[in-house]
Amino acid sequence: MSEQLALLPGYLTAHLQLTLIALLAGFLISVPTGVWVSHRPRAERLVLGAAGVVQTIPSLALLAVMVPLLALLGRWSEAAFGARLSSIGFLPAIVALSVYSLLPMLRNTVTGIAGVDDSLIEAARAVGMTPRQRLLRVELPLAAPVIVAGVRTATVWVVGTATLSTPVGATSLGNYIFSGLQTRNFNSVLVGCVAAAALALVLDGLVRLLEQGVAGRRRRRVAVAIAVLAALYLFAGITLLAGGAGRAGRAELRIGAKTFTEQYILSELLALQIERRTGVESRAVSSLGSTVAFDALVAGEIDLYVDYSGTIWATLMGRESAGESRVEVLRQVERFLVEEHGIVMLGALGFENAYALAMRRERADALGVDSLGDLARVSGELELGGDFEFFSRSEWRALERTYGFAFRQRRSMDPSLMYQALAAGDVDVISAFSTDGRIAADDLQLLDDDLEVIPPYDAVVLARAALLEERPGVAAAVRELADRIDERTMQELNLAVDRDRQTPAAVAARFMETSL
Amino acid sequence: MIELRNLSKSYGETTAVDRLSLTVERGELLFLVGGSGSGKTTTLKMINRLVEPTGGRVLIDGEDLRAGPAWAHRRRMGYVFQGIGLFPHLTVGENVALTPELLGWDRRRVAVRVDELLALVELDPAVYRERWPSELSGGQQQRVGLARALAGEPRVVLLDEPFGALDPATRDRLQRSFETIRRALGLTGVFVTHDMSEALLLADRIAVLERGRLAQIGAPGELVSAPAAACVVELLAAPRRHARILSRVRTGGRAGAEEPD
Repeated sequence: MSEQLALLPGYLTAHLQLTLIALLAGFLISVPTGVWVSHRPRAERLVLGAAGVVQTIPSLALLAVMVPLLALLGRWSEAAFGARLSSIGFLPAIVALSVYSLLPMLRNTVTGIAGVDDSLIEAARAVGMTPRQRLLRVELPLAAPVIVAGVRTATVWVVGTATLSTPVGATSLGNYIFSGLQTRNFNSVLVGCVAAAALALVLDGLVRLLEQGVAGRRRRRVAVAIAVLAALYLFAGITLLAGGAGRAGRAELRIGAKTFTEQYILSELLALQIERRTGVESRAVSSLGSTVAFDALVAGEIDLYVDYSGTIWATLMGRESAGESRVEVLRQVERFLVEEHGIVMLGALGFENAYALAMRRERADALGVDSLGDLARVSGELELGGDFEFFSRSEWRALERTYGFAFRQRRSMDPSLMYQALAAGDVDVISAFSTDGRIAADDLQLLDDDLEVIPPYDAVVLARAALLEERPGVAAAVRELADRIDERTMQELNLAVDRDRQTPAAVAARFMETSL
Repeated sequence: MIELRNLSKSYGETTAVDRLSLTVERGELLFLVGGSGSGKTTTLKMINRLVEPTGGRVLIDGEDLRAGPAWAHRRRMGYVFQGIGLFPHLTVGENVALTPELLGWDRRRVAVRVDELLALVELDPAVYRERWPSELSGGQQQRVGLARALAGEPRVVLLDEPFGALDPATRDRLQRSFETIRRALGLTGVFVTHDMSEALLLADRIAVLERGRLAQIGAPGELVSAPAAACVVELLAAPRRHARILSRVRTGGRAGAEEPD
């Protein structure tokens, strides 16, 4: 727990930065827009409609879609102004959160202004106010309670939604939740949720104080609320600038990690190894979505991370397995990455983490299922659970087509919950990773891919090609890790985190001491 | 001096005010009287361009109101609403101060003027200046409305059924205050009402409107002695009947025993 709390200042600060800046941007866009459309019925319908549509996009998707969008925009702005936009991390999160905060503030501005009594509008005209004075002295003050209610709604939404900016590479309280869910550390999840809820309550309370102060003309309340808000903004601004300056000044490496245990361990291991050999410090950019990690590497937002040959083969190259050997797949993937994306492979770590279908051993025995061919015969009576991306990956489509699976039902779920569901008998078969420590721990049976549909998944370290020239020492240090981790070892390391609740950093450090 | 020349307002096919011409002399209070739909409120609102005319002109002291922005003219005309229209987010004092502030008076002059006007409408400034409109009775609110209309030392005051929503006793008190104030200030103004008794009581001259046209204009005595149109007779029926009832009650008869006219 204390380990979790040690992370709180950093995560909370980052979360505060995201929330406050997104809200400010959203406020500055939505209130003037709301005012502008409020006497223009056609524009009002259009703008509110658009904001409503945006609101129906799931927030996680909205965040994720900002990454390729900003990458595109970045290429354009680089060509036009020579300035590159960061496509992962703070910027996509801010843009998405701002957009997400628009609707409540926009709608309440329009509603608030529309709700001002017509007789007061006429009175404002009759005493000789110009349209602008009418807006500033009558319409906005009278609409203020409704507008502030919108700000409060947006505040609570944005604080909550900001936890989802972790997968696009922005640090937030979501780091607790994502890494906690993946490493089955529910203390971590709890800390993240409680901190986010507390932050939401505090910010909401401040806006409420401001609202009451303004409505009741309590100067002290207004002053207190404004002072606290200003202090928070100042704090967010200073820490943001300091952080930016610090990053630019320190020539640190950035190591990416996707959202599962093995990735956390390996990124820690890479960091330790690099520091041991070269003294270069690195920063973890963890819990990146699967394709976000690759995009981030291409965009130069991170310097290296671990991926799997089969993932690149299937997802990026769009290939299906035709029984190529591990070596052959590695060779083709390596060539593809260099030629298409300017990315180098710094070696395979020595183990495969393959997609596989797994069942409880006793259940598999009872049904007489050993291989995927056997499974196809009984699939009509079984339920299949898969991680979030499994059913949309080409491997699954190839499996389904080749073996002719027709499961009674399939469910997408969080990987860590999937194993519980299997143990409880809620699903019969799950998509598993072959290095998952829980396979041995839960006595699961991996089913043979007898038709060789699933490609090999060698864990490989990918790096920006420029890194080789910039830091030859780093590349050399990473290459030392080649072929040093076998499948059994990786399973044990994963299990130490997943079952024994050790931190990925501790597990990586112990492996380094004992085995390297 | 207010001059309306062939003033018209139509909404599509409907004509609300039809080529109306009349003049209000300096220091004169003219009443516009008529039933609903007679165009009296529309006429009033055209004088300060709350409603833009579709034809004709309004001249104030010879100045054509079509020139310049409407808000500049309105600052020099007081306006009192039936619905009162005090701003709920401003105190009584701030409501009264609005027009002087818009006219750019300095702060001290505004403060002095606010107290002066609250005193004029018989609200103690020390007590009422910082109050919220919602804390006042209807009659007090309308006093503030009147003070607000007069605050900017307007050339002209326009009143749209200002006492229409008040109970009879309050209305009577306010009418008498108003009469005192307008005599004291020598106000030039137009007063809209559907209540002929109010017009007979307060008006210098009365203009009776019917379907957007002028049916008759003249001093109260002229209208009573020589009504020139059926609608004028009709409007006078109620005050006449009240007067008859009062005199009969005073001489010992029963109020309800009146014969049909």
